Amino acid sequence: MARMKFLCDADRCIECQACVTACKNEHEVPWGINRRRVVTINDGLPGERSVSMACMHCDDAPCAAVCPVDCFYTTADAVVLHNKDTCIGCGYCSYACPFGAPQFPRTANFGTRGKMDKCTYCSGGPEADMSHAEYVKYGSNRLAEGKLPLCAEMCSTKSLLAGDGEIIAEIYRERVVTRGYGSGAWGWRTAYGETVTV
Amino acid sequence: MLVKRRTREAATSGRLSQMAAGVAARPLDRRSFLRASGLAVGGLAAIGTIGAGLTRRVEAAGFIDMSQPIEVKTNICTHCSVGCTVKAEVQNGVWVGQEPAWHSPINRGTHCAKGASVRELVHGDRRIKYPMKKVGGQWQRITWEQAIDEIGAKMLDIRENSGADSVYLLGSAKFSNEGAYLFRKFAAFWGTNNVDHQARICHSTTVAGVANTWGYGAQTNSYNDIRNAKTVIFMGSNAAEAHPVSMQHILEGKETQNANVIVLDPRFTRTAAHATEYIRFRPGTDIPVVYGMLWHIFENGWEDREYIAQRVWGMDQVREVVKHYTPDVVEDISGVDGETLKRAAQQFAQERPSTFIWCMGGTQHTVGTANVRAYNILLLATGNVGHEGTGANIFRGHCNVQGATDFGLDVGNLPCYYGLGEGAWRHWSRVWDVPYDYFVDRFDAVPAKGGRDARTPEQNMGIPGITSTRWFDAVTIDADEVDQRDNIKAMVVFGHGGNTVPRMIDAQRGMNELDLLVVADPHPTTFAALHSRTDNTYLLPICTQFECSGSRTASNRSIQWGEKVVEPIFESDNDYAVIHALSQRLGFADEMFKNYEMVDGKFGMEPTPESILREINRGAWSVGYTGQSPERLKAHMRYQEHFDLVTLRAKPDAPEEVQGDYYGLPWPCWGTAELRHPGTHILYNTNLHPMEGGGAFRPRFGLERDGETLLAEGSWPVGSEIEDGYPQFTYGMLKELGWDTDLTPQELATIRRVAGGDEEAMDGVSWSLDLSGGIQRVALQHGCVPYGNGKARAVAWSLPDPIPVHREPIYTSRPDLVAQYPTNPDRRQQRMPNIGEVVQQDVVDRGVATEFPIILTSGRLVEYEGGGEETRSNPWLAELKQDMFVEINPADAAARGIVDGGWVWVTGAEGGSRARVKALVTERVNPGLAFMPFHFAGWFQGADQRGNYPEGTDPIVLGESVNVITTYGYDPVTGMHEGKVTLCQIAAA
Repeated sequence: MARMKFLCDADRCIECQACVTACKNEHEVPWGINRRRVVTINDGLPGERSVSMACMHCDDAPCAAVCPVDCFYTTADAVVLHNKDTCIGCGYCSYACPFGAPQFPRTANFGTRGKMDKCTYCSGGPEADMSHAEYVKYGSNRLAEGKLPLCAEMCSTKSLLAGDGEIIAEIYRERVVTRGYGSGAWGWRTAYGETVTV
Repeated sequence: MLVKRRTREAATSGRLSQMAAGVAARPLDRRSFLRASGLAVGGLAAIGTIGAGLTRRVEAAGFIDMSQPIEVKTNICTHCSVGCTVKAEVQNGVWVGQEPAWHSPINRGTHCAKGASVRELVHGDRRIKYPMKKVGGQWQRITWEQAIDEIGAKMLDIRENSGADSVYLLGSAKFSNEGAYLFRKFAAFWGTNNVDHQARICHSTTVAGVANTWGYGAQTNSYNDIRNAKTVIFMGSNAAEAHPVSMQHILEGKETQNANVIVLDPRFTRTAAHATEYIRFRPGTDIPVVYGMLWHIFENGWEDREYIAQRVWGMDQVREVVKHYTPDVVEDISGVDGETLKRAAQQFAQERPSTFIWCMGGTQHTVGTANVRAYNILLLATGNVGHEGTGANIFRGHCNVQGATDFGLDVGNLPCYYGLGEGAWRHWSRVWDVPYDYFVDRFDAVPAKGGRDARTPEQNMGIPGITSTRWFDAVTIDADEVDQRDNIKAMVVFGHGGNTVPRMIDAQRGMNELDLLVVADPHPTTFAALHSRTDNTYLLPICTQFECSGSRTASNRSIQWGEKVVEPIFESDNDYAVIHALSQRLGFADEMFKNYEMVDGKFGMEPTPESILREINRGAWSVGYTGQSPERLKAHMRYQEHFDLVTLRAKPDAPEEVQGDYYGLPWPCWGTAELRHPGTHILYNTNLHPMEGGGAFRPRFGLERDGETLLAEGSWPVGSEIEDGYPQFTYGMLKELGWDTDLTPQELATIRRVAGGDEEAMDGVSWSLDLSGGIQRVALQHGCVPYGNGKARAVAWSLPDPIPVHREPIYTSRPDLVAQYPTNPDRRQQRMPNIGEVVQQDVVDRGVATEFPIILTSGRLVEYEGGGEETRSNPWLAELKQDMFVEINPADAAARGIVDGGWVWVTGAEGGSRARVKALVTERVNPGLAFMPFHFAGWFQGADQRGNYPEGTDPIVLGESVNVITTYGYDPVTGMHEGKVTLCQIAAA
């Protein structure tokens, strides 16, 4: 089975925010909820680099490890999803997540934040695939339609890649060979194989 | 601070947490969120008042019911000029999903933030919902009939009392080609040349500079072709924010070619972050910087001597001028050292093919045209025009600014650059099938005044109108100073923001003094909110290009057909229908629309865009907009997957209808559609047969100069039967060559008709006036370019500076340089005085640079576009940039006690102007430089103007406009404003 991954090629990302609005568009994500965002380091300085961030759909997801009601589950495609009916809005997952993926509709403490919302890798939730109920709670289910997440599909410079980890790693590897250099990012080899030049 | 802004309920809150407050977790669809958050209170309240009858309320649901049929419509993004294809999924008349358009060779499925959010435009809560007018200071809903009737009556009244020229027709780069053409035709039938659009303020100086160098005012190559370049220079272009999808081609090209990407910009832009070299220079010193490179090129003999000898005239004179710009002189003026420029120059000249990309950083200057000419000279000196990977890659701004420019939404042109001469009017009279004298009757006679001679209506037809940068001066200035019958009394604004031109305090005064103000737009724009008008102000809801069909021309001259995605929402209607309704009321619709197929529209009859395009095809010979029939354009959209990513050419296995064509039939696409010319991917390319898209520089400046030929020497396109330069083709020339016998009897009859039946005059009928296309066909058949084969001009003797020289900005930070490099002398242009020299001297005398020590420049953000009303009304975009800001260097901030994110007052050097914005402290700008984006409006000198918008149409995000701060300064050729260099002072608020 495929292991679905995101990879943002920082050499290509120009912080155009297409991934962000594509996500809003596809799922009608409300104001204030950011399932995906672009992070820029060294803004305005030589070495400025941007990277598009969302839920990374971890293998051993820290959010799931800390969830007191066990609302997370991992699909056969290795996508980390959660059940909003089970979620109690405690916010532990947001403390555990290294990427800031979990989002809450309100900013109060503990049980009053509302149900957690995050990137679903465009694959909905526990409800029936492509049902209205699923759309209302989690947004559309592109994976069930045989499509990839819209953020990556619409990325202006094809910086953000989505798909089977093996395949996108291969695409990235080819780019690195063509360029003759890698992005220098920490953890790249861990995620995409020892043979990736960084 | 933000709490204070909550003066009204609607959308005044800026913090995400506040926006999110009160949202239930369960239903996460936008509608219920908006209701809960109060975000769209105005919009929803307004909807409640709309009668059920004519208004179709679109449900903004993004849910797609897979059990129901889905229609997929293909259109083009309505934001920048890259021309990204948009695939819209429509269910039950509602646009429910946006899918990647994988097959488009231009965007290959991708979008930027704006393109990825266009679906929202046709759900737009904040669109104008129905026609409105101001009565006693209050907006009132009216019907279309009443609106058109009252506007028409007032226009006729103004015509009676002040003349046709007193009505200013401001058009739009957001029109389709057919809409732009129709609007220009409308101006001709109304009887004025006061018709303009956004090209004035984005690339008018490019068009003037480039057309005066080698013939046509357009991007020579394409976004895709940059993949072939080995060296890419960006100067005054921030493509990563302004044209993000172009970066796909540029970055991939950079990787595969190992290309040099050099960014020259006063500001370390997001594009610079991806460059191999970034060179910072003082704003307004483009010419010294370019000459600084040329100095090294000439000094080291890196120029392409063979290319210059064959295809360029006057380079030796340039060489003399460049000698003055030694590395020391250039460093003193611009701040760039000689070694850096030498490195860039060597790469550009020797690691070819090289391309030069520029945008508004180069064009929006008092020396805009001269800047463009300097870029062109650099390209010509290094032989970098006319083949793959080279060229002047001018990235245009709006989705159809190229098309709207081509179709003459310009004070000095009829459609397709025919000019305003009698020949031009007679040509279009023939195409429109209306007697020439009809138009003479429509124009004003101008009395003698201000020491100027009187003009007959016929003479007035040939005089360029007032530029869009000066309309408000033409309202308020003494009537003697305006070179037409009377001042401007009415503004009819179709799709144009009011905050994109400098000196908004003066613009506000102009708006207040108008007798009539009509805003026809999907959104109210600054034109509806900036002023304190109480009456005679109208809003007409126009739909977007997603709600009608038509073609649009991308920056690379490719023409793409967009099909209607959904019906116009609310009571909005399309440009074609509204222009028709107005023409009817004004009494010339029958004549103007007689060549079109008329169909039932939403509120009345409207012409089909196909039939308008067919009329364009019958008349647009001068730029080759004749082969692009609606059928061919639609076939290109249908078979997008058959076009090559790099060459844009349809592959051999493509369907017969498009085989061999270049994508979108980029103009010139010569002859009739039946000739099957493939379009021209790369202009002036002698490596191809003209029937395959080849060409040469256009000899449009005479045949010789100073005893030297202006025709090409020893250079000709592949397959040419004339193996040397030659002038433009006429019937007479065909006869001399003995090629006239190739004309068919029908073609000959048409040429005779164009000549008015006069056998002698037939010889003078040229390739651009022959309505049969026969002369073009025969020339191409013999391997010749219809417009001739000439040399490009390194010296453009018809311009104020035939060879560009440095001229300091009017509001200069270096007053010590003004004596040596003064701005252009004062002059009258486009019916108005230009007193730049007087202003500059005053700036120097008063020591303005001491009081206002920071240079202010302006530019784009990726999330917003143009005046920004449309994009700031889109919540998916508005959420990303909620505050207007000024970028200021940490040193300048520290010296002023300014903290990042704090409020500051930016004060301008003219008229006590000031703006209250947030500080973004960053090294992106050097000490002494500040940057502000130009997309904001709705705050004016500290005051919130939200209440001025009709209820429910106020954009979500408002902010101060940079153009409140910007100052006087106009290019002597095109009237382009100075938008990139002024002076300011910044203080903590």
